[in-house]
Amino acid sequence: MSIPQGALPISLEAEQAETTRLLSWISSVDHKQIAIMYLATSAFFFCIGGLEALLMRVQLAWPGLNFLSPDAYNQIFTMHGTTMIFLVVVPVLLGLSTYFVPLMIGASDMAFPRMNALSFWLFLFGGLLLYFSFFGGGAPDAGWFSYAPLSEKPYSSHPGLDYWALALLAIGVGTVAAGLNLIVTIVTLRVKGMTIRRLPLFVWMVLVNSFLIIFALPPLNASLVMLLVDRQLNAHFFTQLGGGSPLLWQHYFWSFGHPEVYIMVLPAFGFISEVIPVFSRQPIFGYGFVAASTVAIALLSFGVWAHHMFAVGLGHGWDLAFGASSMLIAVPTGVKIFNWIATMWGGAIRFTTAMWFAIAFLITFTIGGLSGVAFAVVPIDWQVTDTYFVVAHMHYVLFGGTLFSVFAAAYYWFPKMSGRMLSERWGKVHFWLTFIGFNATFLIQHFLGLAGMPRRVYTYPDLPFWGVMNLISTVGAFLLGLAVSVFLFNLFISYKNGEPAGDNPWDAWTLEWATTSPPPTENFVRVPPVKSRRPLWDLKHPENPDWKR
Amino acid sequence: MSHMPVFSPSSSQALLIANLFGFVLIVCAAILLLVTSLVCYSAWRFRSRPNQPEPAQKFGVKNFEIAWTIAPIVLLAVIFVFTLRTTYGSDPPANSQPDLVVTGQQWWWEARYPQAGFETANEIHVPAGKPMTVSILGGDVIHDFWVPQLSRKIDAIPGYPNRLVLRVDQPGTYFGACAEFCGAQHAWMRFRVVVDSPSDFETWQEHEAANAATPSIGPAADGSRLFQQLTCVKCHAVRGTDAAAKVGPDLTHFAGRQRFAAELLENTPANVTRWLTDPQALKPGCHMPNMQLTTAQIEPLVAYLETLQ
Repeated sequence: MSIPQGALPISLEAEQAETTRLLSWISSVDHKQIAIMYLATSAFFFCIGGLEALLMRVQLAWPGLNFLSPDAYNQIFTMHGTTMIFLVVVPVLLGLSTYFVPLMIGASDMAFPRMNALSFWLFLFGGLLLYFSFFGGGAPDAGWFSYAPLSEKPYSSHPGLDYWALALLAIGVGTVAAGLNLIVTIVTLRVKGMTIRRLPLFVWMVLVNSFLIIFALPPLNASLVMLLVDRQLNAHFFTQLGGGSPLLWQHYFWSFGHPEVYIMVLPAFGFISEVIPVFSRQPIFGYGFVAASTVAIALLSFGVWAHHMFAVGLGHGWDLAFGASSMLIAVPTGVKIFNWIATMWGGAIRFTTAMWFAIAFLITFTIGGLSGVAFAVVPIDWQVTDTYFVVAHMHYVLFGGTLFSVFAAAYYWFPKMSGRMLSERWGKVHFWLTFIGFNATFLIQHFLGLAGMPRRVYTYPDLPFWGVMNLISTVGAFLLGLAVSVFLFNLFISYKNGEPAGDNPWDAWTLEWATTSPPPTENFVRVPPVKSRRPLWDLKHPENPDWKR
Repeated sequence: MSHMPVFSPSSSQALLIANLFGFVLIVCAAILLLVTSLVCYSAWRFRSRPNQPEPAQKFGVKNFEIAWTIAPIVLLAVIFVFTLRTTYGSDPPANSQPDLVVTGQQWWWEARYPQAGFETANEIHVPAGKPMTVSILGGDVIHDFWVPQLSRKIDAIPGYPNRLVLRVDQPGTYFGACAEFCGAQHAWMRFRVVVDSPSDFETWQEHEAANAATPSIGPAADGSRLFQQLTCVKCHAVRGTDAAAKVGPDLTHFAGRQRFAAELLENTPANVTRWLTDPQALKPGCHMPNMQLTTAQIEPLVAYLETLQ
């Protein structure tokens, strides 16, 4: 890495270890470099997934447009979903975890540095394999969850779905490895004094999340193998004619798919649990409840999968049982919102860009969570599942939730990773364009669902207000595109010319701020003593340390 | 509200769902208002002032946390009780013998009336006031039968027939759509449910059950001969003739339908002409190939199809 002007010099050891720059990155087993590669690759796929979304929104801007053929549209919406979930959200969360978990526990690297690199390279090459499908006969086009029998050979004879299955298998193996690596790292490499109960909440969430990963990804990997065996070796796992069942695919897939959405949100809760306390100048309100509720979510997440199948006709008994468990999981998710608000209460709030995103998260994630509770009410689901109401819901939790928290984390932690502050001026522009663009795109989609518009349609009839509602959504999407461009611009100019950050620009309290920005290769010259959840607060406030309460 | 079918129910079953939905939306709106107010108030009230020292540090109040855990549980329990009632009320048990068998095909809806012994496509008629047991099946991949103003949606799965009760008291026309991605033309797998008065329904049913008359003079007669000679008979049935294939929609009473190609086009001679000229241009990816028909073939065929009232 080039040394930014004004940052503290890196250690001599690190300077001597650097061979040619590209080779040092490609052969790196250092968690910080691997993490940056994760983040850069996710950012790249985010732009591609975003372009796919814009293409879709152009096609849907008005009824009856022919901008994209139905075949092209179906490939693009499938790739948009697959990209955003597997190539953007999960990797960006793994990347931030990979960078900051070792630092926050006072370790010098992950438990298995080489396996760490493997996880990244499987992700990159899996993503490239997925996109190669465009050149190899057509991208997958059966939706990101590829229901059988549509995904089977008779109905999808081109190899797109095989690319999809193989790419996701590669990525899935890497993800499980990353989960294992994070668990072992957190369990075994904590610095002396950092008991499990003193873990920063982000690390705690990553720990719980990693268990989710190692239990949820294998069902997906197994299902992908079964699908490939069906498609290539003429088996009948998921085709009814051979004695198999298309419903089996749904059960297997959603056993992965539901925990997967929590995999995509628990680290987000972790970011918020770091950012809000620091910028409110208060510790998190109710650490115990927030930590315990995370475990509750993880356990419950394995018992709600069939809420994706309420329209299948499983029977009222099954529907209601899964409806009840789905309502239950809303409780540990929802109470965190109150804990975060209570953290702000009585604080001294600093409106940095990171804090703006965290505050917006509280509102937009609540909207997404509430529409989720509506879906747990079985008859409501019977009306609005598979419509734009669910598209609105998922984007409120994944974009208004996870992505907003990722932006908060970016503004919070970019200084640590690069030694430079992101521009707060451009940050505010980024924030407001995002907030307005996001709500303009997705709020109206709730109404489109109630108006009867199904999801995954390349066009729609000229019914009252469908055109104008879709047009508003399209305009919002382009605002979001502009917002993302501003963010990328901010990253670029700040990396080159941003204000030097120093060790702890935010006066935060966890261990990653007790070293240089960026940290040396071994992370710490010396780790401060850890006697509470906020070691740096204790150092700075010897008259009122946390461990004295 | 009339532009929001989910909230303009026309059956008692859909009304139950709409009422529950309205209640849940009000509860959600109240919670959102509470959260937003708290967020905005705390952000404003506790904004930092210049040179403000660190505030007194607070770590939590167990009683508050218990309270705001229990309150949502209680609220959800109440909602669950209503959910239970509406689940059973809006989706009543169906008879074992269906009055109507709907099969979802890529990308049209086959509707068979077993008692009357006929089949039609995309335009489904039911009598007002009578609970119709509808059996719903997938013919190829998974589809989903959804008429928001009338009932819940339910998947049409190959090998797993589902059953639905449709009971509408007021005559009218209601729009439906496939609501499970089923391939290239999922977007144009729409349909309509026409609720007739009981006497109108009887008339319609008798009419549909009757065979088509074969015209004997004029272009329509030429068209009927072409229909039998060309590839049309490989996919389409017209009762009263030798055409009995079930690959594509039954055309016996094609001209009596308001729209065709699963609601894509208004059923006019001009549109039928465009369709026969090149169906792939209008509904790319659909399973009717461009048969490369000449104008000399299309004109009589259209005339014939227009006689299939």
